[in-house]
Amino acid sequence: MTEIFGVPIQALFGQLMLGLVNGSFYAVLSLGLAVIFGMLNIINFAHGALYMAGAMLAWMGMEYLGIGYWWMLLLAPICVGLIGIAIERLMLQWLYKLDHLYGLLLTFGLALMIEGLFRDLYGVAGQPYSIPEEFAGAFNLGFMFLPKYRAWIVFASLSVCLLTWYMIEKTRLGAYLRAATENPQLTQAFGINVPLMVMLTYGFGVGLAGFAGVLAAPASQVGPLMGSNLIIVVFAVVVIGGMGSILGSVVTGLGLGIIEGMTKVFWPEASATVVFMIMAVVLMIRPAGLFGREK
Amino acid sequence: MMKRKLLALALSAMLFPVAGSALAQASKISGDVVKIAVLTDMSGVYADLGGKGSVVAAEMAIEDFKAQFKPKFKIDLVSADHQNKADVGSNKVREWYDTQGVDMVTDVLNSGVAIAVAKVTTEKNKIMINAGAASTRLTNEDCAPNNVVHYVYDTYALANGPVSVMIKQGKDTWFFLTADYAFGHSLEKDATAVVLANGGKVLGGVRHPLNASDFSSFLLQAQSSKAKVVALANAGGDTINSIKAANEFGLTKSQSVVGLLTTIIDIHAVGLQATQGMMFTEGFYWNLNKETRDWSRRFFDKHKRMPSMLHAGAYSAVTTYLKAVQATGTDDTATVMKKMHDTPINDAFAKGGRIREDGRMVHDMYLVEVKKPSESKEAWDYYNIKQVIPAEQAFQSMALSRCPAVAKK
Repeated sequence: MTEIFGVPIQALFGQLMLGLVNGSFYAVLSLGLAVIFGMLNIINFAHGALYMAGAMLAWMGMEYLGIGYWWMLLLAPICVGLIGIAIERLMLQWLYKLDHLYGLLLTFGLALMIEGLFRDLYGVAGQPYSIPEEFAGAFNLGFMFLPKYRAWIVFASLSVCLLTWYMIEKTRLGAYLRAATENPQLTQAFGINVPLMVMLTYGFGVGLAGFAGVLAAPASQVGPLMGSNLIIVVFAVVVIGGMGSILGSVVTGLGLGIIEGMTKVFWPEASATVVFMIMAVVLMIRPAGLFGREK
Repeated sequence: MMKRKLLALALSAMLFPVAGSALAQASKISGDVVKIAVLTDMSGVYADLGGKGSVVAAEMAIEDFKAQFKPKFKIDLVSADHQNKADVGSNKVREWYDTQGVDMVTDVLNSGVAIAVAKVTTEKNKIMINAGAASTRLTNEDCAPNNVVHYVYDTYALANGPVSVMIKQGKDTWFFLTADYAFGHSLEKDATAVVLANGGKVLGGVRHPLNASDFSSFLLQAQSSKAKVVALANAGGDTINSIKAANEFGLTKSQSVVGLLTTIIDIHAVGLQATQGMMFTEGFYWNLNKETRDWSRRFFDKHKRMPSMLHAGAYSAVTTYLKAVQATGTDDTATVMKKMHDTPINDAFAKGGRIREDGRMVHDMYLVEVKKPSESKEAWDYYNIKQVIPAEQAFQSMALSRCPAVAKK
């Protein structure tokens, strides 16, 4: 068997695959963060908590109302989006003119409260959520045993990322959005309702987090800590990719997922820190991130 | 000259009452309050294992003790979240000892925290009855038998039962998935020793960060090792996610997955479908006999969940401590410790339990197997008891002790 640094090449392919799966989550989450930061100038620390809320909603839909995975994949992001809109209208909209720090503190506080609420209600051990029947079982790829559900995660995440990118970069709505970011006063003067667009953007951004949450529900335990475990890494992804860069966050998300996967093979102990090492190096060489533009 | 004598007299007059009162203090209860502290993880991966449940258990112990013994002294309970950080835990405990008059601290899950807290406890000459941390270092390299009791379980007791049984079934090649800190290392080390002693082989292992979000790649490595058994030397949320991923990746079809520290909380969280047939060691099960059922149902009414072995252990630890204070009429560390060492422990948690000279509390452990979904008759009806492991065999024998304080004797 061919080996690379003592690791069979088959195993390496397997790990690449898994890195891609984790990278998909990073991509969707950091995409939401990038959109929000790009449009609202808010560092949304509540992102992880809303991702968790998405997963919890999926579980609650199943547990209390008997609503299956597919419906929740649609409904949960909408619910999370609506929660996001409420947050934006009631709290965030007063902070745009202030320093980033205020938005960060507010959303961080919200994250703690949302998490605390679920922790109090359901404990930390989490709830089981089974894989939808359509995706039970696995593909035997020869070099590895890939659960069908994991393959679906990659497909669904990448589709959503692509769609978002297309919407923002190629459609009229996206053009308005970009204009509103560049110069809100001028855009408003052209008769475009900027506050409405900002509100919808925040709702959409956190809706993406809710979507990722539902995707993650069957793959891991649904519990109040699942967001905070992930969010710090996702922030690192956004910093590496460049704050506000949409394509950057998707590419970096996938790339870092793969690098992290490789680290788990060659130096498992460092797998929790490798992303931050890369972040430090990137910040030294390109302070605006790999895909970011200096302002 | 006269002046000097007078001065000496005055000084000694000033000194004597102080010394006198200090002596009197030693023979009764400081501040007339016995203060017990629960230090645990209230918000992280282990919060369901210990957490609020441990506080509930300690409250129950105090209630029951008051009802039974009508003590003359007051009993106070405080608690704090150590966030699984050794520095947070040891600073909190130092504050408790120095300024709040805490006499005994319990739960203390997370071995990293427990080892740090044990050092502070020894330095301040107080008592720690550890119900949650598993590392055998607490009664070996880092032992402090005058101040620390290791109560519920330890990594040796956890590893011993399932490992020897599985090797007898011919499952003799092992791969470890280990949480990368004091507890995981200790569990892996003790389990490896048992594997080797029984003629098995360890094919490899991988160490994952505490609270890892994804286990699939670690499990893929376990899969490619072709070991017959994949042993999970982790706990809490990490164990839960490992078991789930093991099922998803089809590991359980070709290999046996053993959770070395698995509790009823984990089984409840993952569900019987994914965990059926798993075998591991427990220190307590609510459905053992009438006494455990009665106690556990009371606990359930307050906490809405059945107790883990930590919860039952915390209850027993607080009871044991209070009984010793009652019997000796003091909260002086040495006196209470001696009394606890001398008195057998009989309550809902343990029968004929005994605190050894190295600080290890030995009691029967249970090798359990998780029921099939069809076998489970009610909520929380999860285990078949495969074997009761008697106290003498369950824990590491004194002959193997690496505790310097014991070896000197």
